[in-house]
Amino acid sequence: MSGTPKTGTNLEKRRRQARMFRFLCAAMTWLAVIVLAILLVHITKQGIKWVDLQFLTSFPSRFPDQAGIKSALVGTLWLIGLTALVSIPFGMASAIYLEEYAKRGKLSTFIQINIANLAGVPSIVYGMLGLVIFVRFFALGRSLIAGALTMSLLILPVIIIASREAIRAVPGSIRQAAYALGATRWQTVRDHVLPSALPGILTGVILALSRAIGETAPLVMIGALTYVAFLPEGPLDAFTALPIQIFNWASRPQEDFHSLAAGGIIVLLVVLLAMNASAILIRQKTQQGKQ
Amino acid sequence: MTQESKEQQTPTSATRPNVLEARDVTILYGDSPAVRNADLVIPEHQISSIIGPSGCGKSTLLRAFNRMNEFIPICSMKGSILYRGDDIYDQGVDPVEVRRRIGMVFQKPNPFPKSIFRNVAWGPAINGYEGDPRELVESALRSAALWDEVKDRLDSSALGLSGGQQQRLCIARALAMQPEVILMDEPCSALDPVSTAHIEDLLFALKKEYTIVIVTHNMQQAARVSDYTAFFETGVLIEYGETDQVFTRPAQKRTEEYVTGRFG
Amino acid sequence: MEDLAVKKGRKYREEGIRIGLFLCALVSVITTIGIIVVLARETISFFGVVPVHEFLFGLEWRPLLKPKSFGVLPLVCGTAMIVVGASLIALPLGLGSAIYLSEYASERVRNIIKPVLEILAGIPTVVYGYFALTFITPLIRSVLPETQVFNAASGAIVGGIMVHPMVASLCDDALQAVPNSLRTGAYALGATPLEVNVRVIVPAALSGILASFVLAMSRAIGETMAVTLASGATPKLTANPLESIQTMTAYIVQVSLGDTPAGTIEYQTIFAVGSLLFVITLAMNLLAHRILKRFQEVYE
Repeated sequence: MSGTPKTGTNLEKRRRQARMFRFLCAAMTWLAVIVLAILLVHITKQGIKWVDLQFLTSFPSRFPDQAGIKSALVGTLWLIGLTALVSIPFGMASAIYLEEYAKRGKLSTFIQINIANLAGVPSIVYGMLGLVIFVRFFALGRSLIAGALTMSLLILPVIIIASREAIRAVPGSIRQAAYALGATRWQTVRDHVLPSALPGILTGVILALSRAIGETAPLVMIGALTYVAFLPEGPLDAFTALPIQIFNWASRPQEDFHSLAAGGIIVLLVVLLAMNASAILIRQKTQQGKQ
Repeated sequence: MTQESKEQQTPTSATRPNVLEARDVTILYGDSPAVRNADLVIPEHQISSIIGPSGCGKSTLLRAFNRMNEFIPICSMKGSILYRGDDIYDQGVDPVEVRRRIGMVFQKPNPFPKSIFRNVAWGPAINGYEGDPRELVESALRSAALWDEVKDRLDSSALGLSGGQQQRLCIARALAMQPEVILMDEPCSALDPVSTAHIEDLLFALKKEYTIVIVTHNMQQAARVSDYTAFFETGVLIEYGETDQVFTRPAQKRTEEYVTGRFG
Repeated sequence: MEDLAVKKGRKYREEGIRIGLFLCALVSVITTIGIIVVLARETISFFGVVPVHEFLFGLEWRPLLKPKSFGVLPLVCGTAMIVVGASLIALPLGLGSAIYLSEYASERVRNIIKPVLEILAGIPTVVYGYFALTFITPLIRSVLPETQVFNAASGAIVGGIMVHPMVASLCDDALQAVPNSLRTGAYALGATPLEVNVRVIVPAALSGILASFVLAMSRAIGETMAVTLASGATPKLTANPLESIQTMTAYIVQVSLGDTPAGTIEYQTIFAVGSLLFVITLAMNLLAHRILKRFQEVYE
């Protein structure tokens, strides 16, 4: 095409097209920022009027102006705490095994493919698993621990994948140095590989737990209650959680409950923000410690 | 238990006992051999150097002396390596025990991302050292000629040291284990000339107490520091003998060509 | 010889740790087995009552009211509408954003957009459901007043917003993996950025892009809360996005919100639908990995 005598005009046209394409791509990208802004403004506008101390310290109610999210907030904190207790050790141990111990063979390839596929299983399917295994088979009922175990299985693949990446990023020279000093595999992992990988693992863990905080479908499946006017006192107690409460309010026809849902969303997003901020802080701290 | 070795490759067996001995060692990466049928003895309290063009298998052989090749999945070995007469590749031998006695210093300084103190104290700590770690750390750092430079900042990160200091820290870390042998895999290749001189001086001081095997691509270095020199080419041991003899009156044509800089 | 021998205590401790770690790694395998067994058991009972072909090819889904009917196609149709709608939004937008981020954007712009995408990806789905119900639906209804309160379009739009960050970040990875020599080579021939991107870079990253598309669609299929809140509970075979529909996931939620005793046919339906959901998403994930693997082989 450049061989024709009209090269000049052709080039002008091509340049124009290139500029348009660039503009189009940029517009598509900034659209995401605009959507996020609209979403946040919309929710704040709808819900901010409800968010006060009374909202945080009251139980749910039939009357919107008396309703609060105390039990949901406490339930979510319990749920995340228990989920962290279960999923972090198992996730890290799996990652350590796969990266530091497993021989590269059929079994470890199979486990890897399996984990990758588990990460893609819809969360509601985990809910069904939790319902049959934890709620019914182990007779844990609609308890916090049943919810936490279900959530743990759900986020385990995420934690494993993130931890493996963090462990893989630890330079091999550190392992060599430790082994050459007569360290066993476990001593090497415990004292050198894990401390070096910890910031990365932590980031992955917090991302995974953030996902668990917002997950609703599995909790609906295992039958987390929507009306809870008490606080759970132990892992075997019934519970509700923020996303369940939000879902419950949002699915009612009355406008007032819709805006209550927005209030709940604000609280949920603040909790998420706090977690992510702490992840960033921890990461920065450990990086400073290294220098 | 010490076995007699093949005569042409034991220039010192009459005077000094051998600490390490490679017997008919062949090391393979997958199917391709990196070292072929090597026989080599390492005499006590001497510095033995292994030289040869890059890719000749010298580092691979060095890593066989403390079973570090085991971390390379495709690497396999035939033949035997004797340490004080015992085959370290025997069924019942724990590689961890071998590495406690045969320390190693790597090509690139690889201190742990921890404090200087922890770098030196960690090895003895995991091995159940019960004495005062501070004394041990001080003596190891003194032996590595690093004490005066770091004594005021033992708790700061080892990553803040210069490359040469880091390498001496790695030597101190190996010394703190009180090994009998120290294997050095091109310990100066990542360092500047001043740091290199530092470490070479250090080697002379260390050989009173330790047996040292050093792999180097730098022939002048081998000539300067070592008592015995082995020349490898494409995985084959071409010549082994006293350093003076190897450099001034080599028995093999290839050795002569290499040490006079005609190739490699 | 004694000195170098394996110390018994240490050997047992190390072996114990290895076995413990291995058992932890097995949890994920057990989870997979658990999912398959749980789904299969109830589904097999279900197929004891309802013939497989009636389930897969029946045109009416009315499991809770008499006369009962167990044709899953209306739910599949509802899910398909959401997936098609979400893909129409997320795939071009995601690819466009990725091209912009990877090929045009300055470091400063990347540092703004990347976190925004991460935040969008991290917002819980129930929040998107609320957004669809209280913002997008009223917006559609203000333009097209005949739109029902619950409608497929609203769910599809938030579905698109939800999976867009995933497409953008996976495509970005794929584009960044294209060797720079291809870029400089094409520019050296006097091509414009448009021509370089469309004719050279995107084709070179095609497998990664396709894999991200498949994964995004799989994600949209499994999406639950947004479509439950916004798109209704009316299983039907329709192509009109302004009507209320029901997806497979929304049906499962609907049943589990009610009090359905275990062992009944209603209870078993959710496992039959869940199995279908699982099989479809698994097939798509495997397909995506297949595509990616071929891509890696080309570069090695």
